[in-house]
Amino acid sequence: MSVRHAVLALLSEGPKYGLQLKQEFEARTGEVWSLNVGQVYTTLQRLERDGLVESDDAGEDGPQRGYRVTTHGRQELADWLGPPPDSRIPPRDDLVIKVLIALSVPGVEVAGLIQAHRRWLLELMQYFTHLKEDARDDEVSLLVVADAEIFRLDAVIRWLDATEARLRQLPAAVLAGSVQTAPRPRRRAGALR
Amino acid sequence: MTPVLELEQASKSYGEGHTLVHALSDVDLAVSAGELVAVMGPSGSGKSTLLTIAGTLEEPTSGRVLIGGADVSGLSSNDRARLRRRSIGYVFQSLNLLAGLTATENVSLPLELDGTRAGRARVLAREALDRLDLGDRAGHYPDELSGGEAQRVAIARAIVGNRRLVLADEPTGALDSINGESVMRLLRAACKTGVAGVVVTHDAQLASWADRVVFVRDGRVVDHTSRAAGVESLLAPSP
Repeated sequence: MSVRHAVLALLSEGPKYGLQLKQEFEARTGEVWSLNVGQVYTTLQRLERDGLVESDDAGEDGPQRGYRVTTHGRQELADWLGPPPDSRIPPRDDLVIKVLIALSVPGVEVAGLIQAHRRWLLELMQYFTHLKEDARDDEVSLLVVADAEIFRLDAVIRWLDATEARLRQLPAAVLAGSVQTAPRPRRRAGALR
Repeated sequence: MTPVLELEQASKSYGEGHTLVHALSDVDLAVSAGELVAVMGPSGSGKSTLLTIAGTLEEPTSGRVLIGGADVSGLSSNDRARLRRRSIGYVFQSLNLLAGLTATENVSLPLELDGTRAGRARVLAREALDRLDLGDRAGHYPDELSGGEAQRVAIARAIVGNRRLVLADEPTGALDSINGESVMRLLRAACKTGVAGVVVTHDAQLASWADRVVFVRDGRVVDHTSRAAGVESLLAPSP
C-alpha cells in the first residue's frame, strides 16, 4: 500500500496538517487500515525533499505545520493512479513457503497444518465480514476495504483447499516421504524470483 | 438455555458389507436461538448429510437429534412431519419454488399445508415478503423473478410463520457476490430475531457470515473457529 500516494491524494484536495492527514486516511479506509503519525511525518519529509509537496516555511516540524501539493506532486499522483500495479513477479508468500517446506519435512502432518491456517484465515475473514455487516450502505470506503481483505483471504483459503485436495489424491506412500520437491532446472517461476 | 438443535454423536452410513460408506461419524453440534453456524467442507465431506439429519429428513444410523431439547427419534412419522412444517425452514441451492404459484403462494404454501387458513397464510406470506423487500414482486411467478429475487422468495418461505430453525444448503447458489451477500444478510437478520441457523457450504466467504464455522472432513467435525481469537488486537497499528 502506498502511503506516499495516499498522502498526495489527500493533499490534492487542499492544504492539510500532518495529524489531519492521519485522521483522514483512516476515515477514508473505513478505519480498517491505520497509520501512525510518525509514518505520516516521515512520508511528508520525503515528499517535500522530492519536490512533490511544500510546507509553510515558518514554524517547526509538528502539528501546526501545513502542507500542500505541488504541480509536480499532482503529476506524480496522476501517473501513479492510471497503470495497474506491477504484479508480474509474484510476492514471496510465507504461507506458500511454509506448506512447501512442510511437504518435505518428515513427520509433519500437512493436513493439520493446512487446517490450522485455514481456521485462522477464516477467523480474520469473519472479522471483516462482521465489520461489513455492521456498516451502513453509504459507508462505501469501509465496505470496499473490507471486501478487498475478504477477497484476498478467500483466495488464500481456496489455495489451501486446492492444495489439500491435491494431496488427498496422492497415494499414501507418496505422502509418506517422497513428495517431489526437488527443484528441476529451468522452472520459469524460479527464474522470476 | 436449551439449544434449538443438538446432534449427539450422530452417525450415518449407507450400504452394507464392502459397500458400506460412513457419510457422517460421531458428530456433536449444538446451535442456539439467535446463532448462525456454518458447516464448511469440500464435496463429499458429509456436510449435506449433516443437514438432512439435522432437518429430520433422514434418521441417523446411531446417535441422537434433538430439536428444542426433544429427541426426534421418539416421534411418530406424523409428528416428525409436523415438526418439519412448523419449526424448520429449508433453503436449498435448487430453490424448489413451484412454477405454477406466485411468490406469495409459494411462501404461504407450507403454512396452508399445516392447517393455517388460506387468508391468514397469505397475510403472513406478504409480511415475510415485505421484510425481504419483495412486496412489489408478491404476485409474480418464479420465472418472472431475477435469480436474486427467487432466492429471497425461497428464504421468505423458510422463515415464514414461527420457524425456530433454518437450514440452508449452499443458499447463494450461482448468485454473484453482491446478491450472495444480500442472501447471507437476510439469513443473519432472521437469526437475530431468535431463529437458529445452519448453513452448509464449501465457500469461505459465505461461511464467514456465521458466528461459528465448523469444519468437516470425511464425515467428521475436525475443527471450528472461535470468536475469542483476538483478531482485533492483531489488526491494530504497529507502534
